[in-house]
Amino acid sequence: MSKIGVFICHCGENISGTVDCEKVATELSKVEGVAYSTDYKYMCSDPGQTLIKEAIKTHHLTGVVVGSCSPRMHEVTFRKACAEAGLNPYMCEIANLREHCSWVHEKGEATTEKAISLVTMLVEKVKKNKPLTSIQVPITKKALVIGGGIAGIQASLDIANCGHQVILIEKDPSIGGHMSQLSETFPTLDCSQCILTPRMVEVAQHPNITLYTYAELEKVEGSIGNFQATIRLKAKSVDPKLCTACGLCSSKCPQKKIPSEFNAGLGTRTAIYVPFPQAVPNKPVIDKEHCNYYQKGKCQVCQKNCPTGAIEFDKPDELITEAVGAIVVTTGFNVLGTDFFPEYGYGKYKDVITGLQFERLASASGPTLGEIRRPSDGQIPKKIVFIACAGSRDPAKGIPYCSKICCMYTAKHAMLYQHKVHEGESYVFYMDIRAGGKNYEEFVRRAIEEDGVNYVRGRVARVYEKNGKLIVKGVDTLLAGAQVEIEADMVVLATAGVSNQGAEQLAQKMHISYDPYKFFAEAHPKLKPVETNTAGIFLAGACQAPKDIPDTVGTASGAAVKVACLFSQAQLIREPLIAVVNRSGPPSFSTCVGCFMCETACPYHAIEREEIKNRNGEVLKVVAKVNPGLCQGCGTCVAFCRSKSIDIQGYSNEEMYAEVMSLFNN
Amino acid sequence: MKNNSNTINDLHVKTGVDINRCYQCGKCTAGCVLADEMDLSPNYIIRLLQTDTSDNFDKVLRSKAIWLCLNCENCVGRCPMEIDIPKVMDYMRELSFQQKKQHQAAHSIIAFHESFLDSIKYTGHLYELGMIADFKSRTFHLMQDVKLAPKMWLRGKLNLLPEMVKDIHAIKAIFSRTQNKRKNL
Amino acid sequence: MPLRQYFLELKINERIYKMNIGFYPGCSLKGSSKEYNESVLALGKALDIEFEEIKDWNCCGASSAHALSKELSLSLPARVLALAEQQGLKEIVVPCAACYNRLSTTQYELAQNEELREEIAKIIDMSYKGGVKILNVLQLLQRFASDVIESKVVKPFSHQVACYYGCLLVRPHKILQFDQVENPQIMDLLMSKIGATPIDWAFKTECCGGGFSVSRTDIVSKLSGNLLKDAVDRGAKAIIVACPMCHSNLDMRRPEINEYLNANIEVPVLYITQAIGLALGLSPEALGLERHFVPVSLI
Repeated sequence: MSKIGVFICHCGENISGTVDCEKVATELSKVEGVAYSTDYKYMCSDPGQTLIKEAIKTHHLTGVVVGSCSPRMHEVTFRKACAEAGLNPYMCEIANLREHCSWVHEKGEATTEKAISLVTMLVEKVKKNKPLTSIQVPITKKALVIGGGIAGIQASLDIANCGHQVILIEKDPSIGGHMSQLSETFPTLDCSQCILTPRMVEVAQHPNITLYTYAELEKVEGSIGNFQATIRLKAKSVDPKLCTACGLCSSKCPQKKIPSEFNAGLGTRTAIYVPFPQAVPNKPVIDKEHCNYYQKGKCQVCQKNCPTGAIEFDKPDELITEAVGAIVVTTGFNVLGTDFFPEYGYGKYKDVITGLQFERLASASGPTLGEIRRPSDGQIPKKIVFIACAGSRDPAKGIPYCSKICCMYTAKHAMLYQHKVHEGESYVFYMDIRAGGKNYEEFVRRAIEEDGVNYVRGRVARVYEKNGKLIVKGVDTLLAGAQVEIEADMVVLATAGVSNQGAEQLAQKMHISYDPYKFFAEAHPKLKPVETNTAGIFLAGACQAPKDIPDTVGTASGAAVKVACLFSQAQLIREPLIAVVNRSGPPSFSTCVGCFMCETACPYHAIEREEIKNRNGEVLKVVAKVNPGLCQGCGTCVAFCRSKSIDIQGYSNEEMYAEVMSLFNN
Repeated sequence: MKNNSNTINDLHVKTGVDINRCYQCGKCTAGCVLADEMDLSPNYIIRLLQTDTSDNFDKVLRSKAIWLCLNCENCVGRCPMEIDIPKVMDYMRELSFQQKKQHQAAHSIIAFHESFLDSIKYTGHLYELGMIADFKSRTFHLMQDVKLAPKMWLRGKLNLLPEMVKDIHAIKAIFSRTQNKRKNL
Repeated sequence: MPLRQYFLELKINERIYKMNIGFYPGCSLKGSSKEYNESVLALGKALDIEFEEIKDWNCCGASSAHALSKELSLSLPARVLALAEQQGLKEIVVPCAACYNRLSTTQYELAQNEELREEIAKIIDMSYKGGVKILNVLQLLQRFASDVIESKVVKPFSHQVACYYGCLLVRPHKILQFDQVENPQIMDLLMSKIGATPIDWAFKTECCGGGFSVSRTDIVSKLSGNLLKDAVDRGAKAIIVACPMCHSNLDMRRPEINEYLNANIEVPVLYITQAIGLALGLSPEALGLERHFVPVSLI
């Protein structure tokens, strides 16, 4: 026997201005099953909530319908009030009389009739509602951070400092990422390595952080609070416990001409190598693809010379599985190479380089030890042309977006060049200057006003080589389209920031969304920048979109807080509005026939297979089972199920049918 | 800046080119081999059209630049927004000619085009001698290439008589059917 | 197998192998660029290609039609393509780069817009379906010569050459879909197969001045002069072209170019078909080399 309480809110004048709330309350009191019906000016206020609580106790209400603003606003409020009065919160439903009625119609009879219908519908539904309990999911208080650049480093440190365990994996032999490749950072011109390496060391020494380098994510299973991550520890061929980082192996290695990834292709390295002197961990690895032993079966010079016997050939990759409660993705980005640009030589001209390559030239640990020299002949260039927007803001080339950081680093490069080569002439061809951060505008002005960098507003049509010089054909649009031709010694392209290699595969492994440019998708562009649509997986840094260091560190700390927030709960509380497969006694156990169409349909991979066994352990039937930790209650499975064996708690077929049919029965 | 001249819309409908996409990067002008001869550079022309005013539209119609464009397609090939400038040039040329607003300095260029088309109209092919004679009568460059003619003749490159298309009526019909759009031809 | 059937099948195979490829010479090849026509036909004969000229073809309109009238610029090429269709030709080769560009552009535009297609069909008063495949001379050589010329070379063209593509062969890329836009390679590859050393130079696809030969010869001197100078500075002993306008500007207008550059450059300009023809042992007369203004003395 239902005893439903109906509470119509005036919402100030928002509802009562168009709807006759008194009449609604009066009419509803005549509906069968309604034990109490009233209206009030502000139902969400303290007195309003007290009204509801008192009514529940006095009239022994079994259900509550509140006619008010959108449930998105106050469903939580009213359900909490009901719970405090001893009524199961899921026996409380909200009829949206504001956004669905008073705000979209004129005042009148019809509007009030609609309001009455809306409330009646919810009354019929509540009659069928069943009490539900929140789901509690255990949480493993360990985080996995994928990617050891500044974002991953920051996130790991923040989470570790909260007292939680962190596993940080990085696919390169050392952490540090692109920031370790930079010479100086804007807008302060701090030495990048100097501010980064203390953090890197902190990560390596932190008691709560387990660092795996030369490791990649193999597989992820499970759900928020309970992931199982399988990590592939690639064989380094060097035992880090025995290695003392003496460097003898690299000096003896015969393969010396491998293009160095750390130096962006400008320098070389050996097959057994430490990527850069400040690497963490500072232990070499063997690059199997270029090692004489692995490719041809010969050599092993490193092993013969190693004083501690740390080289161990032919060790297989190791696969380990870790249980983690949250994952933070900080895999960073990449930059386009010069071969992407037909009008700038298809990568043929040695002295046309990318911004990242210029960083390596300017860096004290780079191939030229910090001197700006032409890659072709080693001479110091007297004229450098910097071309901004090389690839970015170019729909014809498939990259319509702005890469955000290039205006700033181009100004920085020009300044560094002027500081190192006093008589040098630098030109920057730009379209717009994007310098929106703190002290950024002043930084660019410094380049122009103090360091004498020549800024020309216009793009470059093409660059070609003649007699060892690079002829740059540009334009100055501020001079009504005057063509500008410069005979430069070096051209630096501020190439577009793009998603990292393997980003798509990684996203698919983790079931997170990504955009057409393979940048990972945030859950909401403004209000949820560090979360993904997959519960428990967070994003930080440039893997989401090109970013400068301050923003990267900001998002990394933001993601860390989300993880800490998750871990601060004893258990994960989830709303029980999820799908459930019906179960009953023998012999059928469930109307589910085990066709698993729901499994195919479920976008969240929340359907599992459950074996129903008899007492002998023999499998009688395999039926579908919903993982309460993963299900988002979308209802797709319910639509697919042909035997009607699966239903959503709180939005069951019966409840929804009653709601809709009430429209016809009035 | 709009004074309801509707030029951008008309341009879009007739040529399919949306000049609103142009963000004035200037790459077209940077790569144009004729830009230094032009009075209005290609990106400047697009900017004038973007203002959607009849004054600026007129400026373009009366310019030398539109007649100097050779449709070499360097600009649109490199344009990040793929703005078909040669198509815009063709459109402006046709209007300029119809409205008799062609720049004086483009006289010889236009005379050449008219002579060329005359030759096709009457023979179906390019009859070089006829075309040159027509050109000279329009421009009074009577002595132009006079020394060249015998050299070409000696090398067998000059046909004395035109080679006529047999179905010359078909050609004449094509010209007359497209005539109502071209008042001067 | 009975003899009769054997010969029948042989004849069928021959017919399939020697498929007729349509031929659209265009006005230049019949007039001021006769040598191009001669060399294409001579080379075609040497490579067993059967050309079938489009009957009663008309001028494509070149640059003058599209400068003054959109409908005219589409109608003239449309008539040529409709004639080819009528003749049952599935493919046509168009040696003149300007005609190639105009025919391809017309075909593309009419394919995109049904209303326009119907309008033009009415103007030319012919049926137009738009299915004829249009090839330029380099595509023709790629298909018929590329695999065989290396073995057929009798007199290697061992010189440094600058392969000049001009603007109309490779642009607009969206329509023509031919080679690379900024640094095309097909001509270079063909030339290296006959023993030449193609140089890397900066003006491969920059305009020579095109149709301004008569109306603005000064512009031609400048544009063609700049590109000639770059090629010569980098050591080219010959310029190889595939467009009659480029040839004419670089060859016939050499005195004006030399005046502009204040130099006396005698580097000859050859059509790709002439260069390959020479390498295969064809005579200079058969290839029309005598018609050039700048003497071709490097053979």
